[in-house]
Amino acid sequence: MGQVLSTLLPGISVGGQYALIALGYTMVYGILRLINFAHGDIFTVAGFVMFYAVTAMPVQLAIPFTIAITVLLGFTVERLAYKPLRSAPRMSVMISAIGVSYLLQNLMWYITGGQPQQYPVIPWISDSISVFGAETKRVTVITPILTIVLILALVALIKKTRIGMAMRAASRDFETARLMGIKINSVISFTFIIGSFLAAVGSFLFFSNYSTVSPTVGTMPGLKAFVAAVFGGIGSIPGAVVGGFIIGICENIIRGLGYSTFSDAFTFALLIVVLFVKPTGLFGEKLEEKV
Amino acid sequence: MSENVLKIENVTMQFGGVVAVDNMNLEINQGEIVALIGPNGAGKTTAFNVVTGVYQPTNGAVWFQGEKIVENHPQGKMKQQYKGQHAGEYTGVRAPAPDAITKLGMARTFQNIRLWKSQTVFDNVLIAKHCRTHSNFLSAALRLNHKEERAQRRHVEELLELVGLADVKDELATSLPYGKQRRLEIARALATEPKLLLLDEPAAGMNPQETGELTAFIGEIRSRLGLTIFLIEHHMDLVMDISDRIYVLDFGELIAQGTPAEIQNNQRVIDAYLGVAEDA
Amino acid sequence: METKRDKTIFWGLVLIAAFSVLSLGAEAAAGATGQTLLMTVLKKGTVYALLAVSMNLLNGFTGLFSLGQAGFMLIGAYTYAILTIPVAKRAGVYQYYDGGIVQFSIPEAFSGVLGDLVGGVVGMVVTLVICGLLAAFFGWLIGLPVLRLKSDYLAIATLGFAEIIRTFIQYESFAPLTNGSNTLRQYPTFKHLYPYVIIVGLCILGIVLLVNSTYGRAFKAIRDDEIAAEAMGINLAKHKMLSFIISSFFAGLGGGLLAMYMSSVQAKGFTVAMTYEILLMVVIGGIGSISGSIIASYLFIGCSEWWLRFLDDPGNNPGNLKLLAPGFRMVVFSVFIMIVVLFFRRGLMGEKELPDLLRRKPRKAGKEAAGK
Repeated sequence: MGQVLSTLLPGISVGGQYALIALGYTMVYGILRLINFAHGDIFTVAGFVMFYAVTAMPVQLAIPFTIAITVLLGFTVERLAYKPLRSAPRMSVMISAIGVSYLLQNLMWYITGGQPQQYPVIPWISDSISVFGAETKRVTVITPILTIVLILALVALIKKTRIGMAMRAASRDFETARLMGIKINSVISFTFIIGSFLAAVGSFLFFSNYSTVSPTVGTMPGLKAFVAAVFGGIGSIPGAVVGGFIIGICENIIRGLGYSTFSDAFTFALLIVVLFVKPTGLFGEKLEEKV
Repeated sequence: MSENVLKIENVTMQFGGVVAVDNMNLEINQGEIVALIGPNGAGKTTAFNVVTGVYQPTNGAVWFQGEKIVENHPQGKMKQQYKGQHAGEYTGVRAPAPDAITKLGMARTFQNIRLWKSQTVFDNVLIAKHCRTHSNFLSAALRLNHKEERAQRRHVEELLELVGLADVKDELATSLPYGKQRRLEIARALATEPKLLLLDEPAAGMNPQETGELTAFIGEIRSRLGLTIFLIEHHMDLVMDISDRIYVLDFGELIAQGTPAEIQNNQRVIDAYLGVAEDA
Repeated sequence: METKRDKTIFWGLVLIAAFSVLSLGAEAAAGATGQTLLMTVLKKGTVYALLAVSMNLLNGFTGLFSLGQAGFMLIGAYTYAILTIPVAKRAGVYQYYDGGIVQFSIPEAFSGVLGDLVGGVVGMVVTLVICGLLAAFFGWLIGLPVLRLKSDYLAIATLGFAEIIRTFIQYESFAPLTNGSNTLRQYPTFKHLYPYVIIVGLCILGIVLLVNSTYGRAFKAIRDDEIAAEAMGINLAKHKMLSFIISSFFAGLGGGLLAMYMSSVQAKGFTVAMTYEILLMVVIGGIGSISGSIIASYLFIGCSEWWLRFLDDPGNNPGNLKLLAPGFRMVVFSVFIMIVVLFFRRGLMGEKELPDLLRRKPRKAGKEAAGK
């Protein structure tokens, strides 16, 4: 039992981090039908902001500061890069997202000189603890719990509040929602704000484990989180969570078996198999074009 | 000369629990113009989509020129859900893609115009000739197929002349007025060299004068090209004017068939269009 | 009509000849003035022109949003390196793997028959074609599952395959073939610019001819309206696959040329970012315009490698501003790109080609003015 848990726990933990990032992808896709390629980079920026913030302020302040900056960045990116393309073909928006990703990476490279930076130690969550005899950081245990709590809060927000209702309406039918008087731009901004918030939280957890930040470090977790979102059925919140955990766990099992070279490739292979067998993912809805 | 061109045989199309087309039987003979009419949502376009391979029917078969081209029977979950008739009569599965059916000699137009937006009028028709091209991509790229290409271009010129769009052939397809776009769709369908032409509401959105012109035009292409025509239409003057026979569909079911005169006097058809008072 | 078609081939060949002569001139000028960056831009730009055009064939002309370009380039680059490293140098390159398992070199084999110079060049060109064919084969293999997918799913699946290819090339068990995660180097390259120009020119001419043929028209129909294309008898699966395979072929061949230009290759460089850069070139040039892609490639490489270089030099800082530093050029450059993406969405050329602009300018301009 202890043995199994100590192999599974890191997987569950990484899975939780993927799930948090995946939610950002899936919510944006749900409303805008856009793969926000820049989301992984926003996650990385959160890592860097934290790195610089702790040099100027205590950690207790740095955390909310990082969250605020990340949320602001997500909001700004949407307003500047996606909003002007609201009526453009979907491909244009996707290209804009790729452009933003390119810009953010180059910007991070310029500011940091391209050197990987040591992520600050966040007290308490970075402490070593022992779980069933295995040494691990506290963050490993906290991640899944925090993930679940945040997701429950998110679900409550979407199910119970007015803005949540507006989000559901917008993801069901964008145009009709707009016609029904829903302020679609506020809904979209709000979606990006939540997505960026979750990415910031994800970054604390991820980098506390991973310990270095570099401009391109977010690409892979970003893509994997995206795969998680597709796996679960893009647009579906439970799907993103389940997908995140499954990918995190599988990846760690593969590492445990000694094939760590293939852990990235596995994620994509899984994606391709899923798309082949069930193109809309586990919980996705079918969309058909009318002739 | 009543050679059978199209035969829809016991076709049922069921989406989940909804029966969109219920046990349809329909025949079209060589050279006929046959209309399928019915109130909105009766399942007319669905029937078209079954014939042209966009949908696979739930049960039944479609014959084209004496050959069974489409066949299906309820499978998987549908076995329990199936509400139609003739269950168990069909065992085969034949589901060619729309392009394969077009190559057999059946071409269609769309209710909501689907022209290739970035292409000129001429290219819209020329592209439709692609399915009759014999050269492979290498000989096409190296221009070894110039004879074929020349013949195709000549045919396109002829078709544009026929539909009266020769003077606008270099315009973008989408810059044409609505009525001309509909004609272009017909020219494009004709370019695939069909024996059977399916027109999905060709007069939709046209004014009476344009509809009149279209009526004459459909009659003309039938006689000039020896076509058989199957059409869906709401403009009754057009339908009554040119159809040899009419089928009436209501809630997925064929409720009547016959000549225009018979249909005009059919009580069930009148009820379907006007509605029946509950306690009449 | 058909006389015009023959002219495409004729004028294409004339242009290639003209640019080859020009490239000799540029090389002489660069040599005389010591301007090495000019040669960098021209060589790299030429290779990227092919890569961008091959991506445009897929994304711009067939409407398949694929992000697998880097994977096919990687296959091409590695194929080229593996098949051309001289036998004598293999022990050094594959130093951790006893000289690797491939113990022949195609250019050397041809040199044995045709003499050093001719045989070497023929061997290199033959290898480039093999690069393309191998990439095309993988294109077919990958196309089988992914081409059934729609827009964004296709993008992410092709991106995934590119990553999978990269992982496998670096896999330790294949290292005797691929040298694992170590660099491949010391393979023969073209010293001059004109061979690049000729090869890329011929490839692009081939793509231009294809795009303007009946098959190219079918691709455009699929892009504009898939359902209508299928209803008009165009076999979607077959034509999408054809476009995907041809695009992969040229991406692989371009990858081989890129390997030559870089003179050493390592799998870890062929990331998604590389695909993104090529995509951005296509966008800047105009999705659906071949001449746009070519022009944009040179501009892109020119900006990122040369003209903006002064922005990276802290010595150029005016006053006390510390803005200019390594990396600043790329920031400025990405801002440029965002401006194009947001405000000039049709790129430099839209869907038009250079000859269209020259030929129909007066009439078109009048019509557009009337339209507005």
